[in-house]
Amino acid sequence: MFLRSLTTAGVLALTAGGAFAECEITARVSIVGNEFPAIQTVGAGAQDCSGAEVTTNLTADHQKINLAGMQGDPAEYTSAIIANSSIVALMNEDVIRPLNDLVDTHGDRLSDQQLIRIGDDVMAVAFMANAQHLVYRADVLSEIGVEPPKTYEDMLAAAKMIRDKGLMDNPVGGAYAAGWNLAEEFVNMFIGYGGEFFEAGTANPSVNTEAGVNALNMMKSLSEYMNPDFLTHDSNATNAEFRVGNVALMNMWGSRAATLTDAEGVPQEVIDGMAIAGPMTVGGGEIPASTLWWDGWTVAKNVSDDEAASTFKALSYAIRPEILDDEEVAKQAVWLIPGYERTEAAKGVFAAAQMGTKPYPMLPYMGLMHTALGNELSDFMQGKESAEQALADVEAAYTAAAKENGYLQ
Amino acid sequence: MVENCTPLVGCTKETTVDQEATRALRDAAPLGRFIGLDVYLDRGHLAVAEVGEAWRSSDSLGAFFGKLQNLPFYRAMSFTLVYTFVTVPLLILLGLMIAVAVNSLHRHLKGLAIFFSLLPMIVTPIIGALIMFWMIDSRGVIGNLMIYLTGDPQLSLKASTPLMWIAIIIYGIWHSAPFAFVVFYAGLQTLPKDQIEAAQIDGASRFQQLRLVVVPHLMPLVTFVTLIKLMDNFRVFEEIVGFNAQAHATSLSWIIFNDLGGETRQLSAAAATSVLTILGVAVLLSPVLIRTWRDSRSTH
Repeated sequence: MFLRSLTTAGVLALTAGGAFAECEITARVSIVGNEFPAIQTVGAGAQDCSGAEVTTNLTADHQKINLAGMQGDPAEYTSAIIANSSIVALMNEDVIRPLNDLVDTHGDRLSDQQLIRIGDDVMAVAFMANAQHLVYRADVLSEIGVEPPKTYEDMLAAAKMIRDKGLMDNPVGGAYAAGWNLAEEFVNMFIGYGGEFFEAGTANPSVNTEAGVNALNMMKSLSEYMNPDFLTHDSNATNAEFRVGNVALMNMWGSRAATLTDAEGVPQEVIDGMAIAGPMTVGGGEIPASTLWWDGWTVAKNVSDDEAASTFKALSYAIRPEILDDEEVAKQAVWLIPGYERTEAAKGVFAAAQMGTKPYPMLPYMGLMHTALGNELSDFMQGKESAEQALADVEAAYTAAAKENGYLQ
Repeated sequence: MVENCTPLVGCTKETTVDQEATRALRDAAPLGRFIGLDVYLDRGHLAVAEVGEAWRSSDSLGAFFGKLQNLPFYRAMSFTLVYTFVTVPLLILLGLMIAVAVNSLHRHLKGLAIFFSLLPMIVTPIIGALIMFWMIDSRGVIGNLMIYLTGDPQLSLKASTPLMWIAIIIYGIWHSAPFAFVVFYAGLQTLPKDQIEAAQIDGASRFQQLRLVVVPHLMPLVTFVTLIKLMDNFRVFEEIVGFNAQAHATSLSWIIFNDLGGETRQLSAAAATSVLTILGVAVLLSPVLIRTWRDSRSTH
């Protein structure tokens, strides 16, 4: 008995030694992040490291806990996995550290295009990209004899033809649920019309402009071709509408495209007909009405140098190029990892990057603007008030919130 | 202003928070800056300046209230108050009806009837609301029935503000009637038999017995249920989240949730709304509390 446990211990020590050689850390690593397949792959990858404990807390509520969990000294989480919209909340409170020294000493696996630089400092390491772009039904569009739309005006025309031909009642899909989703669609459209959210160099809002009114009017026109419940449809519900074959044209997240028709019971014509194209432009503009996003990891400021180095090493290991050898992993996301070859599903995001899609603004007060947009635009979408009034409300709501948070005097 | 560099895109100029300047400010005033009641009075809350402006620029009461609907606090209050004052009386009435009905059943059937009457309360409110949300979808059971009854294929509960309010109110009544039922049913067990018999001998009909004997006996319990439910319904929240109804109806609790849920959490705004909620509950309960206090004094 004793002998057997001795051998087991020996075998364990040997296998542990194997991993030891690949990723060896000396201090605790604790990761907090959102929950979807690509991030789970990264979290599990970091846990393969040996030498010290690696814990992960991956949850959709990560934004509610990451800041609080990094403000203590020492911080509970040594790393937070974030996106370009949420890194500002951490930078505003100064809880993440510049990674320049760690990149120099341990960053040999990373390529330069993964490094997110704010000024001179590397603040995060990105591992995947995302953008909204056109997802359409090729079979329906060929039936009405039009090319996939390149502009929102074309999309409206195609939607009208589909409805007039009686193919679908509400051929346009859109994640227009009041709140975050609706605000995100406005952000896309506003950028497409060339709008700037703030007066240059200040936190003063400037959405109540011609671009803002145009963006709202376009959204209103699109909504007339959507399911009447559009103000309750988030991206999950919009995808569901597409899956059952009620929708032929929609602006959808690239990260959802790969698995869009994987669910059970999707009609064959939807599976065969689904196709992806780049994002659309609007109002004759050059820049697509979409935003580019990345997901990446950070290292907490209030941890020891040893913990910071271990965190950096474990997470660099988790996004090493070899993880792409697994086909399942390779199609989970548009990976920003050296050696990634784009899959069919990633076409839209790459097209978005090539067309010069702007990244979602990384401004300290953009979160407040997004919340204000989400709350105040639904009255206009229901036809209860004018576009100018809705945008004036947005500016007033944002100004009140920005004053509370000290961005405006 | 610093340069941000993003993969696939290149670099853009963006503004960031100056950490050193912020730290200097924090060290100078570790508890923050005292701003008095500014947060309470700004547009996100009581919006004193905006209400004043709306009052001066409106030529009729209707226009004034229309403008108030544009301010988050008053929009939330209008739904909350309508919800509270419609649901509370109706749920008490429904609870009383169920209690009297169950009480008159044969004793073998009572257990079963009580169990089924309590079901709405056993279902977690948010789950119940989510189930209802799909039932009222234009392709759901209730939504389809309504389309059939009205003959309007474009009818959608979720797209119409009045219908959404009605749906939430009905859900609220359905959900909290069991509470009233349980309290009233317990009260009915203490009803003295001889009073009912006396009333029967005097020739009172069933309805007269109910109105003149049973209800007065239960009056203290009605006050109790009213108090609890006024308090509960003023904090209406799960229904709005479950029904995904924020485009049509909001409440103070929902505003708190929303302030804390964004990319940038608005702690001071949420805190101010919380205090306003407590004050609102206090104002709402004061008439009932004062009456109860007077009643208790007059009996001594």
